[in-house]
Amino acid sequence: MQALQERIRTTQSPLRIRAGGTKDFYGQSLAGDILDVSAHRGIVSYEPGELVITAKCGTPLAEIETLLDEHGQMLGFEPPRFGAASTLGGTLACGFSGPRRPYSGSARDFVLGMEILDGTGQHLKFGGQVIKNVAGYDASRLMAGALGTLGVLVQASLKVLPKPQSELTLQFEMDEATALKHMNEWAGRPLPLSASAWQSGVLSVRLSGANTAIMQAHTKLGGEPHLHGAEFWQHLRNHQAAFFADDTPLWRLSLPASAPSLNLSSKQLIHWGGAERWLKTDAAAANIRATVKAHGGHATLFTGGNKSEGVFHPLPAALMKYHARLKKLFDPRGILNRGRLYPDF
Amino acid sequence: MISSDIIRRLQAILPPHCLLIAQEDVKPFETDGLTAFRNTPDVVALPETEGQVKAVIALCRETQTPIVFRGAGTGVSGGALPVDGAVLLAMTKFNRILSIDPLARIARVQPGVRNLAISEAVVPFNLYYAPDPSSQIACTIGGNVAENSGGVHCLKYGLTVHNILSVRVLTIDGEELVIGSEALDAPGYDLLALLTGSEGMLAVTLEITVKLLPKPERTQVVLAAFDEVEKGGSAVGAIISGGVLPAGLEMMDKLAIEAAEAYAHAGYPLDAEAILLVEVDGTQEEVSEDVMRVREILLASGATEIRTAKDDAEQKKFWAGRKAAFPAVGRLAPDYYCMDGTIPRKALPAVLKRMAELSTEYALPVANVFHAGDGNLHPLILYDANQPGEWEKAEHFGADILEMCVAHGGSITGEHGVGIEKISQMCVQFGNAELQAFHGIKACFDPDGLLNPGKAVPTLHRCAEYGAMHVRGGKLPFPELPRF
Repeated sequence: MQALQERIRTTQSPLRIRAGGTKDFYGQSLAGDILDVSAHRGIVSYEPGELVITAKCGTPLAEIETLLDEHGQMLGFEPPRFGAASTLGGTLACGFSGPRRPYSGSARDFVLGMEILDGTGQHLKFGGQVIKNVAGYDASRLMAGALGTLGVLVQASLKVLPKPQSELTLQFEMDEATALKHMNEWAGRPLPLSASAWQSGVLSVRLSGANTAIMQAHTKLGGEPHLHGAEFWQHLRNHQAAFFADDTPLWRLSLPASAPSLNLSSKQLIHWGGAERWLKTDAAAANIRATVKAHGGHATLFTGGNKSEGVFHPLPAALMKYHARLKKLFDPRGILNRGRLYPDF
Repeated sequence: MISSDIIRRLQAILPPHCLLIAQEDVKPFETDGLTAFRNTPDVVALPETEGQVKAVIALCRETQTPIVFRGAGTGVSGGALPVDGAVLLAMTKFNRILSIDPLARIARVQPGVRNLAISEAVVPFNLYYAPDPSSQIACTIGGNVAENSGGVHCLKYGLTVHNILSVRVLTIDGEELVIGSEALDAPGYDLLALLTGSEGMLAVTLEITVKLLPKPERTQVVLAAFDEVEKGGSAVGAIISGGVLPAGLEMMDKLAIEAAEAYAHAGYPLDAEAILLVEVDGTQEEVSEDVMRVREILLASGATEIRTAKDDAEQKKFWAGRKAAFPAVGRLAPDYYCMDGTIPRKALPAVLKRMAELSTEYALPVANVFHAGDGNLHPLILYDANQPGEWEKAEHFGADILEMCVAHGGSITGEHGVGIEKISQMCVQFGNAELQAFHGIKACFDPDGLLNPGKAVPTLHRCAEYGAMHVRGGKLPFPELPRF
């Protein structure tokens, strides 16, 4: 850690923070010398009775999830792993969450505390290891999704959840509009939903909880049980599903769950009960963004395509002003992951 | 004192019924829920339109007049305590629910809408707004956002920050920002997290979009009694590591049980050293399984008595005692001082033991009500404000408790906020570097420091003074000196 601090303090050029390197594809641009944080790893503390785990940010997600699994617990935001080397820090920096997100919460929701090295190499500790904590501004959740532009994430404490006793995936044949309607209606009923997705005329929903509760929900909803449900969600979560395979640009649209069909691409995967829609399309960024914005959402060019048109949705000028001020506060020299989030910083 | 020129200009912005100036009119605003701190405001603005709010903010910015925002005034950390020379700007007239979308499960509301009013309005759709601070009948959602309020169901359903999607705020620069969206995330930094719980220091909230959840099909409460507090504490850990995520998990100690029973006649066992209330919710089947599991664990943890509420009425009765705990304890002494520390649950026995010792040392009784599921302690220190020196003693005792929470890896505040009350303890929880970062964040939004000055984040100078007179883990060197 001291070596990392020293490197940040003395560097004359921008630094590109990297651990497992499984998310190099993500973000605007990769600039600067690599600051390798992968050696900063290890689980610092974990007590199942507290529902809290603290780990250094270079710790592979696999290591964390294996340990939690041994104790019947899990990361409630079900983060994707784009490779075996995916780390906790990279996941939090990107703010990535998986299938369970609309029902259990996002990466940021589970953050309890974060330790960072700011752009001057200063070690800062925000939040803590307790579930309820409102002392000071919530700078730890601010770090989630900031793509390392406000600080190098060095340690994080997360709330964890008990694993459900069992899970069942049901599938239904229906068109997009009907699927959107059902996903929203079901989310408003007391059903043990934990994931939902629609693609090519098939709606898949996952139920999680006590056996009897799942059986009862199955009776209420109908549908065909998926024989390999766990694998289905795993593939979707990690982008290993066939949908993600080709080289066409992949867009991630974040929308109000009840937004209607957008008809932006013939190749679409709807996730998160309608709140996350993946598109494979060569359509112009401006068209995609205009449509998504009109429906109250935002669009990210996730992989491929022409990054020069902007990977992330542009911010209104007033909001950008506060972003720039926060960036300047935490990284006055503008050296951390320069250009990764927005070209200006 | 606010100048007569500013008053005149306020009068030009606000109609007479939206501006309080006379002593008898402003006096009721001298305090919030933390009544030990009082300061009569110079002037109280009660705008009715966003245009008026903007004009007041523009005036304050131009004249460098501080502003203190206020909702219903139920906060218990002095966050809405008036500041000398400031305008007290109360947002309570913005009390409309703007829209409810049952399919999308969201509601757009103005900041002065009461917390409970949201849940009441969405009853026809079988939805509710999850965070339920005990002041929910009166507290406003704008105040909840400012404090990141919790309640008894945080372990499962989170705090305010987990249950809002978007806020529209006004900065001191007069800029309107929409932060977050009706989608589950927004581009850029997570300013929604930063603003939630920022105690009126960064911006004023004009509108909030909240998430609504489906009402659970069924709720069940199990009451368990223990002959030792420690056993109750370990039962909490056992339930959670046993795979059950209760909707509520509350603990009360003997003094709190006795007070609550005398007040609410909830049928609590009076011979118990501690009781746990375990609420599970979900579908019929989930609840049945969880109740079975919880009962097994409680039994294995040495509970001397376990009762499952047989119907809604009994369930309400079990909760009645807990919900009445504060007023009930309030009958034991002329005044009580409610603390709000959090600790890792495993530290509970050590913390309770030390608290009992401190109670003896300070000669002030303490009753413990504990959101055990999420480690949030609410010790109620009993004192008599009319006895000279008793409030100061209670305040010192409280400070010791909070600093003990920090020493055990916890926090000085779980849900009540720092306000003015815990400003010195912030020096214990955070180092100078973090405090400086907080001041930096404040300056990003409010460079002139006009919004709620002196609250939530202490100056480094204050911390230096506090540190110089304070020995951690021991006694104050000069206990007769007033603290800052």
